[in-house]
Amino acid sequence: MRHQRIERVYVGCLACAVIAAPVGCRSESSRSMGSTTVHVGGAPAAGDVDLPPDDGQWTRPAKDFASTRFSGLTEINTTNVKDLRAVATFSTGVLRGHEAAPIVVGGTMYLVTPFPNVVYALDLTKPGLPVKWSFNPKPELASQGVACCDVVNRGLVYDAGKLFFNTLDDHTIALDAATGHQVWNTKVGDINLGETMTMAPLVVKGKVLIGDSGGEMGVRGWLKALDEHSGKVAWTAYHTGPDKDVLIGPGFKPFYARDRGVDLGVSSWPPDMWKIGGGTTWGWISYDPGLDLVFYGTANPGPWNPEVRPGDNKWTSTIFARKPETGEAVWAYQLSPHDVHDYDGVNEQILVDLPIGGQTRKVLIRPERNGYIYVMDRTNGEVLSAQPYGFINSTMGVDLRTGALEYNPAKAPKVGSVVREICPAAPGMKDWQPSAYSPKTGLLYIPHQNLCMDEEGVSANYIAGTPYVGMNVKIYPGPGGNRGEYEAWNPQTGKQVWAIKEDLPVWSGTMVTAGDVAFYGTMDGWFKAVDARTGAPLWQFKTGSGIIGQPVTYKGPDGHQYVAVLSGIGGWSGAIVAGGLDARDSSAGGGFVNATRDLPQKTNKGGMLYVFGL
Amino acid sequence: MSGSRNAWTRTHELSAWRETALLLVPLAVLLLGTGSTLSLRAGAPAVQPALRVCADPNNLPFSNRAGQGFENRIAELIGRDLGRRVEYTWWAQRRGFVRNTLGAGACDLVVGTAAGMEMLATTRPYYKSTYVFVSRHDRHLEIRSLDDARLRHLRIGVQLIGDDFANTPPAHALANRGMSKNLVGFTVYGDYRTANPPARIVDAVAKGDVDIAVVWGPLAGYFARREGVPLDVVPVAPRVDLPYLPFVFDIAMGVRRGDSVVRAQLDELIARRRPSIDSLLDAYGVPRVGANAPTEP
Repeated sequence: MRHQRIERVYVGCLACAVIAAPVGCRSESSRSMGSTTVHVGGAPAAGDVDLPPDDGQWTRPAKDFASTRFSGLTEINTTNVKDLRAVATFSTGVLRGHEAAPIVVGGTMYLVTPFPNVVYALDLTKPGLPVKWSFNPKPELASQGVACCDVVNRGLVYDAGKLFFNTLDDHTIALDAATGHQVWNTKVGDINLGETMTMAPLVVKGKVLIGDSGGEMGVRGWLKALDEHSGKVAWTAYHTGPDKDVLIGPGFKPFYARDRGVDLGVSSWPPDMWKIGGGTTWGWISYDPGLDLVFYGTANPGPWNPEVRPGDNKWTSTIFARKPETGEAVWAYQLSPHDVHDYDGVNEQILVDLPIGGQTRKVLIRPERNGYIYVMDRTNGEVLSAQPYGFINSTMGVDLRTGALEYNPAKAPKVGSVVREICPAAPGMKDWQPSAYSPKTGLLYIPHQNLCMDEEGVSANYIAGTPYVGMNVKIYPGPGGNRGEYEAWNPQTGKQVWAIKEDLPVWSGTMVTAGDVAFYGTMDGWFKAVDARTGAPLWQFKTGSGIIGQPVTYKGPDGHQYVAVLSGIGGWSGAIVAGGLDARDSSAGGGFVNATRDLPQKTNKGGMLYVFGL
Repeated sequence: MSGSRNAWTRTHELSAWRETALLLVPLAVLLLGTGSTLSLRAGAPAVQPALRVCADPNNLPFSNRAGQGFENRIAELIGRDLGRRVEYTWWAQRRGFVRNTLGAGACDLVVGTAAGMEMLATTRPYYKSTYVFVSRHDRHLEIRSLDDARLRHLRIGVQLIGDDFANTPPAHALANRGMSKNLVGFTVYGDYRTANPPARIVDAVAKGDVDIAVVWGPLAGYFARREGVPLDVVPVAPRVDLPYLPFVFDIAMGVRRGDSVVRAQLDELIARRRPSIDSLLDAYGVPRVGANAPTEP
């Protein structure tokens, strides 16, 4: 018993090191960490977990390096959340999809809009949250024509007095957080090559980590590190091509044989096809300071029709672990080799320490687009479990011995033939929308879709004067008829604990608190609070537009807890409203319009920040 | 781009277009090229609404900002016929093109698009072209069919679309024949900083970077004449690769869905001005198949 007890405390401290340490308050948080005994990652729902004190800020979209999106604040709890009311609103003046998280540093809230990517600083110390400053980077208009799926931006990040964000036209910009003055501006890609940027950077050890979007345009994916102070590119890791470009060297030790070999980023493709092979980086990055590793995933391969690119198409749909200072790859695991269903591998990875099989494992939890929740050993890339969190028939499971995803050949698309009921559909079981993890309940909170698709017939299309042919993709509700779900999952048992069926896809992020309240939004504009242990609905508020943003919570200058979220429909799922797509054209929006035909009757566009308090 | 207009303005303008056109068609021949002075003639409205065309500013032989493409020339032909000056909204013709131009109300006509495209209302086709094999004449390949066994030993350039549920027919057809390893991919989009980015695939044939390429006819026909070495341009057989991969496509004009009056007017114009359109296409070396094929491609 005694031995176990010691081990548990040890585990807790490690988790604390990962979960805490907001970048904006480095010294303060390390002080508080040193004096705290933490029991994190014990048995779920234990209820006796001591948590590190929360500094009340929310300095990056994922809240912490471990990407838990968990706040230790407790003022708002399951009993009083019913009294939550809107205390302030702010119009962003932009009509496209708002996927970003507002962030809070001290007495200021910062947010970045979709294209044209305007940054606002709002003064939390004054009534009505007046604008302290705003910054308009004036991105090129033409970049809107390059972005595939609405002109979204997933947020900005704060570190050491500066804000960092990406523009749709491929600039990474650092602003002085106090004044809004530009400190540096680095052009890292080119819309003329099909590259855009939509992801939120992560700042680790003086490096601003960023990635590109644009697989639809045949670009080559990369992750770059910019020097935090100068904006200079410190390193670039490509996701296709020779090992030297991928930053694979002698220290690269993938767990599975299939991921071992020389220059697999070349040899797993037809000649030269890797040069336009996709594998972009438009999702989330996590960091473990103890292991000194960053973790992130790459998007699916291009071109879309798989018969043109026989082979594994490395390193697309892959999780990488890299050293932040050099970019050197330490391990990689290809989640979906030779993807055929548009299952980008860019989702969030949540870093926690869990007792598994009698041992404490440093794990990375990843609710993947292909429909499995991967629990992996983050020290070496071993898959410990991969359980479906919804209905899957496109694949038949993951072989834990080989790491192989077992495809179902009956569901593989082929031009000229009809394939029906492919589940999950192209947007996956879950797309970009990040989940949250509560060390108090030990549960993962996952906003996601329940969609299937048919791929049928051949449709003519036309680009740059050239006719081409493709599949008619038609997306529709999965089993049960609900298009979305918000579910709680126990990563230790690999089982669902509870689930809320939502009519529309749940395309918002989520956030959970030490008050045992979890928050998420719906595409028709309801912002909801539920009991983190039972899923019981506790409160809801109808915002002006559909919610696809990421909720956050913070302690205001008055010492009270607030909750904030951006409302503003759009994104791939909401493009029918934000992009004004034609509801009669079922293949519009990559087939998504067929699944959201009713959305224009349920919500309207318009970006608005909502802040709630007791 | 010019700002989008509200629905009322657009409707008004289109009906004005119709009325003006009916009034002025008989005069058009007399007044060729003097569209801006039309308003001074008796009975004409004070201001002629422009013919607002949505076009790619950098994609010869189709269109460019300097007005050198055959779609520019066809737009001018329509403008003259209707007595209206041509005004452009420039936007790269790729995903989002229709949405951001025609769909946003910034312009009213797309001169070239695949017939039957769902996102717009297309007119009757005004030409039918084909994918072609392009190779250096000095190679004497004379390959005509996708089933030619020699293809298995060649580096074959094809254009690729990226990860967007679609691709060019040769990419599908050659991969279906087990020749993925022979393919050299060029993105249709190319590098937009350079002139006419889709033309790089024809440049690659001329330079010998690939042995042969399978390219959409109008692009190949135009650039094959402009490379430093003689190139052979040969229509691909079969025209339809079974079960269903077409290599020939009908090309039409596109207007907003619902603009049926305008579409009918364009249909009438296409029928009436067929000889002029055909000779323009001939001048640009557009290979054509079917009824209006030039006698010598």
